[in-house]
Amino acid sequence: MNLFKLISDLEQADPEFLDRVNPRRRVFKYLGNAGQKVTAATIPGLLASFFNKAYGQATLPSDVQKVLTLALQLEYLEFHFYNTALGVSGLIPSSETNGITTIRNDEAGHINALRGVLGTSAPSYLVTDFDYSGGGGTGTGPMATALVPNGAGNANGALFFAAGQAFSDVGQRAYKGGAPTLNTASTKDILEAALNIHSVEARHNSHFRTVRRAIAANALGSATAAAVSPYDNAPKSWINLIDSGGPTAPSTSNPKPAAAVYNAGNPAANYPAESNTTQATVDLTTINPAYTAAAVSEAFDEPLDPNTVQTIALNFTSVAGKAKGLFQQTF
Amino acid sequence: MSNHLPTGLPPHKAGPDQPLYVPIKRRSFFMYAGATAGATALVLAGCSKDDDNNVSRIDVGSGDGGILNYAYALEQLEAAFYAQVRTSAYYTAAGTPAAIKQVFDDLALHEAIHRDFLKAALTSKNITPLKDLKTDFSSIDFSSLNGILTAARTFEDTGVAAYNGAGRYLSDNALLGLAGKIVSVEARHAALIRDMITYNSFVSSDVVNTFSPTLPANATTAYTGDGTPSLTPAGSNGNPVAGAERSRKPQDVLNSVNNFLASDSKLSANSFG
Repeated sequence: MNLFKLISDLEQADPEFLDRVNPRRRVFKYLGNAGQKVTAATIPGLLASFFNKAYGQATLPSDVQKVLTLALQLEYLEFHFYNTALGVSGLIPSSETNGITTIRNDEAGHINALRGVLGTSAPSYLVTDFDYSGGGGTGTGPMATALVPNGAGNANGALFFAAGQAFSDVGQRAYKGGAPTLNTASTKDILEAALNIHSVEARHNSHFRTVRRAIAANALGSATAAAVSPYDNAPKSWINLIDSGGPTAPSTSNPKPAAAVYNAGNPAANYPAESNTTQATVDLTTINPAYTAAAVSEAFDEPLDPNTVQTIALNFTSVAGKAKGLFQQTF
Repeated sequence: MSNHLPTGLPPHKAGPDQPLYVPIKRRSFFMYAGATAGATALVLAGCSKDDDNNVSRIDVGSGDGGILNYAYALEQLEAAFYAQVRTSAYYTAAGTPAAIKQVFDDLALHEAIHRDFLKAALTSKNITPLKDLKTDFSSIDFSSLNGILTAARTFEDTGVAAYNGAGRYLSDNALLGLAGKIVSVEARHAALIRDMITYNSFVSSDVVNTFSPTLPANATTAYTGDGTPSLTPAGSNGNPVAGAERSRKPQDVLNSVNNFLASDSKLSANSFG
């Protein structure tokens, strides 16, 4: 490990890095004052305190901690889903493996980042804490074939990508809903980090939608397949109204399991459905005849409140996960 | 201020007396020399006297209104760009695929809606909106899909980094919420444009801090975030974290987008650094 190169890289990445460590930028003095001889063996522990000093906080406001913990839980939900899928032979078409690997790695990075802020007491979750069938622990929910190669509704991984779309849309709506809570004078850096994760969730979501259009058009690997109204099966890369309730699952009892992802949260006045056309009290369809409800709804994504997010996510929580309190914080 | 071009932006109208890269090197050097020297070097590097050629800048203002006007400026630029795309030789050619035209139609509408919404929001808050900016798209090749997509990628990626970097300056959480509603749509745009240029480049390392996880050996061992982040942004001023976008500060963004604004419409954001 080249400590000096690491510090220099970090400094280039973050011009304020040394300020974070020590306002007087006496980073080497700080290292010297650690009261121990710096050897290869002590560097990892030293680095941990170094990074904690830079980016960690001794005590987070409790509502900030809860928002970040929910975000961490959602990242685990996504991470284990994509990581599991990458290990299932024949599930993900070869043209899409690189994209899903990148998404999985980004989610791992988000776990890394959130745990860095929350500290070592942050919870961690195993793949067995989730029920990707959407059955809330039964294992027999409407998405049960999403990880089964060529299972019902899952040719070319169609149901897997549908689930990925729903998960990342929950993610972007949840981060959007949580951002105002992070906007305190002492947590501006955390807010900015969360915003930088939020937009990556939206990029992932755009890609899932692009892949789903390609699957519908039998044109895997193409980013220019046509979106097809009503956009539940071949969606645009942005949300058109409520996308007709989102992807369809091969279930007669629950064919639209992601509907809540696109509907209003609670209270609906603050967390409207994705079809919302009124922003800051202005109905944007009234300012220009070209601005249809569909176009206006596409131009804005909507936040979701943490309780609604948890209700949705609990459908993907196993009995073991529920026993750990996963998605059961009190907001 | 000097033109600190971020990666991915084509050099544009850089005068022979404008050393684009030297100031950055100086800055890196002085940061090792200590805080005071570094700060001084930043100021010196950022404000070489012949850089502006006495071109005046319109300042976006301060506080929440300044950020709103800053966003309004970016949306004006994007809306003007896609409006021009829809009258371009590429778009109007007989063989242009309907699916691609639909994408540009959508993008043009979204950005025009953002622009008009922000103007209405400014007016409702009794803040004078910026004037209608004059653009300079002379560096953009509107005759080919690649030329259009390359410019679109710059506008969209810059927009996302700009909104992400501006959030911290907002004190009104209603405005922060509105910025969040817009930025994720910009991110959707950016991801699609990038996939149209190079498939699977929707979160490439030039805009996102990539991460290589070290995964546990078995499913019974918890993953706790082990891995190697690649936090090597050029031109980023944010708080870099793994797997996340690289936000940029307002003045840094404007130094880039001024390349696409006419001489009487160039902007500054002096209150925000």
